[in-house]
Amino acid sequence: MTLLICAFAAIIATVKWYKDAPEGNMKLGILCWMYWGASIMWLVDAIFEYAELKAEYFTPAPADMLNDAFLGLAVVALGLIIWLVWLLIKDPRGVVKAALIRKKA
Amino acid sequence: MACFLVPATEAVVATVVRKVMEKTQDHGETVKVRLDNGRTEVAEKLPFARKLKWLTNLLWGGSALLAFEHVWHGEVVPWFPFLTAMGDPADKAEMLHEMSTVGVTMAVLITVVWLGMVAASSIIEKRALEPRPVKG
Repeated sequence: MTLLICAFAAIIATVKWYKDAPEGNMKLGILCWMYWGASIMWLVDAIFEYAELKAEYFTPAPADMLNDAFLGLAVVALGLIIWLVWLLIKDPRGVVKAALIRKKA
Repeated sequence: MACFLVPATEAVVATVVRKVMEKTQDHGETVKVRLDNGRTEVAEKLPFARKLKWLTNLLWGGSALLAFEHVWHGEVVPWFPFLTAMGDPADKAEMLHEMSTVGVTMAVLITVVWLGMVAASSIIEKRALEPRPVKG
């Protein structure tokens, strides 16, 4: 479930990045890298788990599934927070800078 | 248990290599491109250090989110020795086994994906730089 949620987040972020490219200045690339990196790593985790549990892997207990879904959503939220902090620090559109520095008339 | 430490270690090594490369190799290879209208323009190929950044981004991003998962499961704690498995010899052995199997496979798969991206980008660059026959 965590892998699925993260993979969907990676796909959505990549589609948005592609749609906005090349002018896109929202630093969406960082989201794509984070979610794809984690998705690949969780894929490996899933393969090892499948090798151990076989078909049972696809029928998790509802409580486990809920916990994994909750974790997946938390991971997506953490990724978004990291991206947001990065965006505000880099400030590619100069919005933060403009808000902080008042121009004299 | 601590599988993310293997790709995180690779991320540290790749970042150091990238930083050194960025200092020594300042620009990508410059090539002349002949456009369809007969004009020629100078273009710059993507430097390898930039491509290496793709790998470090994947490794750092993935490791950060996986570290969070380990905190979620109580396998990583904010106090020494930071890994709960370190407290018990049996857990420690299991952790090392997981790092050497799952962790190494994670690092290898990320690197394979990156190599695929580098190969694909090289083909795209090559195609873009190939002189096309001028029509008319």
